[in-house]
Amino acid sequence: MNATNNSGPMGGNRIVPSAPASAASAVSRISAKDVTVHYGEKQAIFGVSMEVPEKSVTAFIGPSGCGKSTFLRCFNRMNDTIEGCKVGGKITIDGEDIYDPSLDVVELRARVGMVFQKPNPFPKSIYDNIAYGPRIHGLVKNKAETDELVESSLKKAGLWKEVHDRLDAPGTGLSGGQQQRLCIARTIATGPEVILMDEPCSALDPIATSIVEDLIHELKEQYTIIIVTHSMQQAARVSQKTAFFHLGKLIEYGETEQIFVNPKEKQTEAYITGRIG
Amino acid sequence: MTDLAQTATGAPANEAEANARRRAQVRRSLARRNRAETRFKMLGLGSVLAAMAFVAILFGNILSNGLPAFWQFTLETEITFDPEVINVPDRPVRQAGQSDADYQAEMLGWQRRLAMVNWNRLLIAGVESAMAEDGVTTEIDARSAQSIIDSGARFVLRDMVIADPSIIGQTRRLNLLLSADGDNWAKEKLSRNLPDERQQLSRPARDVIDALMESGSVHRSFAWHIFTNVDSRSSPASAGLAGAFMGSFYMMLVVLLLAVPIGVASAIYLEEFAPKNRVTDLIEVNINNLAAVPSIVFGLLGAAVFINIFHLPLSAPLVGGLVLTLMTLPTVIIATRSSLRAVPPSLRQAALGIGASKTQMVFHHVLPVTYPGILTASILGVAQALGETAPLLLIGMNAFVANIPATPLDQSAALPVQIYLWQGNENRNFFEERTFAAIIVLLALMILLNALAIWLRSRLERKA
Repeated sequence: MNATNNSGPMGGNRIVPSAPASAASAVSRISAKDVTVHYGEKQAIFGVSMEVPEKSVTAFIGPSGCGKSTFLRCFNRMNDTIEGCKVGGKITIDGEDIYDPSLDVVELRARVGMVFQKPNPFPKSIYDNIAYGPRIHGLVKNKAETDELVESSLKKAGLWKEVHDRLDAPGTGLSGGQQQRLCIARTIATGPEVILMDEPCSALDPIATSIVEDLIHELKEQYTIIIVTHSMQQAARVSQKTAFFHLGKLIEYGETEQIFVNPKEKQTEAYITGRIG
Repeated sequence: MTDLAQTATGAPANEAEANARRRAQVRRSLARRNRAETRFKMLGLGSVLAAMAFVAILFGNILSNGLPAFWQFTLETEITFDPEVINVPDRPVRQAGQSDADYQAEMLGWQRRLAMVNWNRLLIAGVESAMAEDGVTTEIDARSAQSIIDSGARFVLRDMVIADPSIIGQTRRLNLLLSADGDNWAKEKLSRNLPDERQQLSRPARDVIDALMESGSVHRSFAWHIFTNVDSRSSPASAGLAGAFMGSFYMMLVVLLLAVPIGVASAIYLEEFAPKNRVTDLIEVNINNLAAVPSIVFGLLGAAVFINIFHLPLSAPLVGGLVLTLMTLPTVIIATRSSLRAVPPSLRQAALGIGASKTQMVFHHVLPVTYPGILTASILGVAQALGETAPLLLIGMNAFVANIPATPLDQSAALPVQIYLWQGNENRNFFEERTFAAIIVLLALMILLNALAIWLRSRLERKA
């Protein structure tokens, strides 16, 4: 897969061709082209282009404030909810421009689910947390179908065994790690094709983190996952491709192994060896 | 760390001295800080105690002045429904083939005849029979005897006959309210040393009351009529709060039904949906200013708009409710907006993230967690409206209205205005106590509403 060389509006930023895509499975369904993001006067993302392979994990790494979370939020248009935020360029999923005015953002978010940094279950029961999405999207018709979907979603998120006997308990009463898996189950329940994860483990302890990482590993068989992470070890553990951002620019994008073992860019090398960040 | 480092460099004596000096300095400043803290704590405690003392004085004053009004002196006596005095034909019975209108007309004619009866004669006879029973032999003229009993007792007797005409010719034992002057005398609110010409009751009337109190026929009874009667000027002793209470009740209903939905809806729109631009900024500033507008201005607005333009009736609880709604709206809007703002963004993101529309996000997730806040604000807003007097004066609610409003469009009094009216009544001796009694009723309602707010809040918060 070839990333295109192009210059952002500010000029001078370079997109480096990533390592040649070896796997034939890496079909790209999501593609970003020359994406820019402005917060009011301030530009946060400078002309980023990339192709995200299907059914694999792509990690965004980079120092704080490099724009990786901002860029992630472009994929389900969560940036729309931020006052004064403007997104330029083009992002397509299956060739469909997700910023097309005729596209309903609600439909997009049903296709592109999101898991947030801090676990944010609804202040409702575990059952209702899962059932809410399918209900509003009309994916379930009756109680039996809902029960089934709740069970299968919780099973996929590896939470079923822990909570099957207390589905009526409030979701906010679970531990941090369980809450985050509940949020993942909630996202899965609406049947998304893509799952965006914004530092999903940053509020979790190491054990909960490792459980969630195992879960991500399993989920990539079915979903395209993009994960933003502060932890380079996590990126190395869970992702197939890694993108390194710095100051709003995509510095390097390629196979995870190549990025960590043999980075092409000096800045990437400096970051992963701990000299910037 | 520094200690060790310095010791290593070889100046231990100096260093220890410097450390000791530093510690002493810290200790000195510590003493100063502790003193300041103690001072502040004492000041805080002092002001809390002062505030509590004022509240205690206020409540003590109101209760000690107002509670006696709930027990009024009554005369227990035999009233004979003398057929010679109640000289009316039998109550009309509906004839076969008589039309509705004819029967009503006949009935009204009969009641008019009853109204013409000289009920005072029965009352005077009642006073005399009590005296005879208790062996009181004071000479008393009819006028003085009549002045002992509240003139409202006439209507009590009349209503008994209307309800059951067979009572005519019988004798009933009744508890009749003493007149306001009689009650004043019995409660010793007027100095007994004042000369006759400065007393409100004639000497025989005063003597009879004293004698009957001695024998127990005149005694205190709980004044239920304060809650069931309407205001009265001709029979002040039987004046009650029922009309004012219902007027306030209808107004609160109007406020609750208008201010809460409109206020919450505007707050949701402004906070969640409205674009942030100069127009919405202007609206926000204006809402904040409206909350600070003196309430009497809202009364003027009500008089100008609701009464002059829309020709709604004067003195009607509907108009009062509308005016109070205008006054309460900013409070509800501001409080609702601040509770909406306090909802963590993570909850909104969670809802949007799984594809809820903005409306679904607001109504399914954001609003439910703000219920406690909105509810408290609404109840406190209503409580504030309940106690508001000034705007009601401008829409004619200070008129003397002696009936219980059946609908919000009927003329009516209101509790705070009733307090204002009684406070200004010329029969000070009697109405001072009565005014405090009305204040107690109003405060009890306020405390009830506030307690409800607190209870609902803790209940809803526990649920969330």
